[in-house]
Amino acid sequence: MAMTEEEILTGLGEIIDEVAGVPADEVSPDKSFVDDLDIDSLSMVEIAVAAQDKFGVEIPDDELKNLKTVQDVIDYVRRADVSA
Amino acid sequence: MRLTEGARGARILSFGKYQPARVVTNDDLAATIDTSDEWIRSRVGIASRRIAAPDETVADMAVAAGGKALAGSGLSAADIDLVVVATCTPEVPIPNTAATVATRLGIVAPGAYDLNAACAGFCYALATASDAVRAGTARNVLVIGAEKLSQWVDWTDRSTCIIFADGAGAAVVGPVTGAGESPGIGPVVWGSDGGMADKICIADRNSFIVQEGQAVFRWATTALHPVAKQACARAGVDPASLAAFVPHQANLRIIESIARKLGAPQARVADDIVHSGNTSSASIPMALSAMIERGEIGSGDAVLLLGFGAGISYAAQVITIP
Repeated sequence: MAMTEEEILTGLGEIIDEVAGVPADEVSPDKSFVDDLDIDSLSMVEIAVAAQDKFGVEIPDDELKNLKTVQDVIDYVRRADVSA
Repeated sequence: MRLTEGARGARILSFGKYQPARVVTNDDLAATIDTSDEWIRSRVGIASRRIAAPDETVADMAVAAGGKALAGSGLSAADIDLVVVATCTPEVPIPNTAATVATRLGIVAPGAYDLNAACAGFCYALATASDAVRAGTARNVLVIGAEKLSQWVDWTDRSTCIIFADGAGAAVVGPVTGAGESPGIGPVVWGSDGGMADKICIADRNSFIVQEGQAVFRWATTALHPVAKQACARAGVDPASLAAFVPHQANLRIIESIARKLGAPQARVADDIVHSGNTSSASIPMALSAMIERGEIGSGDAVLLLGFGAGISYAAQVITIP
């Protein structure tokens, strides 16, 4: 069954809290990883690895530079989830 | 055909290290390239590093570290019959570094070879030394990791010149002798993946080191903690009983990530990278020497080593501090 946007956001909040110490309630779809959440390129790799464990969706390194906001990741996971 | 009788086990007798005199701080680098102390500390965990003098060679540094290890071992040069230098930055392809280093240390006619497993080199060399002692093909082995990475770095490339540095570390390996004495070098867990060869490489003799930081970070933070745990399992050592974890000093965030997944919260985790930078095959024996000098680890302590880097190659084993 496909994950809802809300489920992905909740899971992503847990991951970002774990990886970067940003409280989950600060993780909203409009937030930019670099500008709002102070997450750098290495933390993005850790988020991608954790997302693969949690959502079963692989996010390759080449894709990471395109994922600038929380919404970008939600969209990526939903697209991959639907096509899987 | 007759075969040699080996020792029941091998152990480390002593360590030694050498670092060049010149300290290069992050602010020094920020004066010539677009970077900052804060950026370097947060991404790789380095505050300063040591860089060799222009005329200071890999062999010079190897001799300095090897001489200290030999002096601390209680052995004389005549007792050493094998010298292994782990390096990926030899001055020239031939002659090798090891034979010259041996002669300069007064070690006459030992087996001598260089070994290139990049940043995993020291753990590979330690494993081959241990196996030679156990097989009876060597009695006492001088193992050295020595690198002059500064000569292979593009000092205008801010993604690499902030990371790599120079130095040497060494250990003397000998046989377990007494009946009640335990082996001091556990079984190695080693491997490689040439499919990732281009992730960290020097493309040709006129090129500099390049690495794909995100790819290497992903590999190191996902593939290596199982290798580390397997080395503990093969040695029959519970990670919860380790006194220290000394991984290759590649990047503090990689080190901390692997350490978190190891299941050894009590173990002191080496952070020599902060003031030494990434010295490839030299980083593990340098970190061990520094921790012993500071009294952070002592005789009889079980310590897990984990080397990893270009190749891609990796190796891990548990050792006992002499």
